[in-house]
Amino acid sequence: MAKFVELWVYLSATPLFGLTATIVTYVIAHAVYARLGQAPWANPVLWTVLVLVAVLAITGTPYPTYFAGAQFIHFLLGPAVVALAWPLWLRRAELRRRAGALLVAALVGGAVASGSAVALGWWLGLTPELLRSLAPKSVTAPVAMGIAEQLGGIPALAAVLAVLTGLVGALSAKYLFDALRIAQPEVRGFALGTTSHGIGAARALQVHPGAGAYAGLALGVQVLLATVLMTALGRLLSS
Amino acid sequence: MDTLRGFACLLLCQSAGELLARGASLGLPGPVLGMLILLLLLRVEAVRRPVAAAADALLSHLSLLFVPVGVGVIAHLDLVAHYGARLLLVVLLSTWLGMAATALLLRKLWQRAD
Repeated sequence: MAKFVELWVYLSATPLFGLTATIVTYVIAHAVYARLGQAPWANPVLWTVLVLVAVLAITGTPYPTYFAGAQFIHFLLGPAVVALAWPLWLRRAELRRRAGALLVAALVGGAVASGSAVALGWWLGLTPELLRSLAPKSVTAPVAMGIAEQLGGIPALAAVLAVLTGLVGALSAKYLFDALRIAQPEVRGFALGTTSHGIGAARALQVHPGAGAYAGLALGVQVLLATVLMTALGRLLSS
Repeated sequence: MDTLRGFACLLLCQSAGELLARGASLGLPGPVLGMLILLLLLRVEAVRRPVAAAADALLSHLSLLFVPVGVGVIAHLDLVAHYGARLLLVVLLSTWLGMAATALLLRKLWQRAD
């Protein structure tokens, strides 16, 4: 037993642990998700995060130790944002034709998502630091961190809130759109990508390729709009 | 080999984006500028096939990439214990409002255009 504990202490402190745990848990969660007919509540990101948080809490592994391995996956978020140029390029003709409507919808939708979060949070008595971390929550996590930093929020918390927002969208979009009788896959995808960025886009992509492309586009547009508008706001606030 | 070439292309675009972001202090994150650079670069025929392979590989597992950040919630458990219920309520309502606003507006705009 003592030998096993010694071995665990050694293994859990190497980067190998964080990387292996993340990929293995995700692969299993994804298999279960596919098995359950891609039910929204079986979302693989949600369950992978919950299982890993439980494992870290039970074994008393600090987050930095886990991240030493998980950072290799985290790093790929940067190239993934660059890669969004590809689905945009594929649909460039269609997008150019619809650019005006898409831009207006992205601007209004993003402003409603961010503005209502800050207003509601303020009304519920959240601290200014929390409100500043909430503002960029509809933008993909790596970019939300940068914006939160410029606004004077907590970058790591902003990233967690962005992931939570992504999960809320991915889990509930189907029911919301059905209730609102919105049937067009492109509209559903674009709305999901606008508020719930990459996690929403991943969900949209699994449901319908057209919805996925529009969700990817929405995510890209939101990144551009939010960084330009919110950093301008940040400079205004700090000046 | 295509995937690897495409990945090299993505990294080069991101690096160029980071250089531009730091050098010109545009306020845009490096990867976003990298995406815009790649969008221009895709006019070159030879770039397309490798980029398509790498982009498909990365974007088909996009949700996995958010896991490390999501697990980061464990570093903020004190905030969650204190503000968790309120934060969840805020995120739920604001996400639904944002999604509904985007979808209803876009449907209206497209109906008018057609």
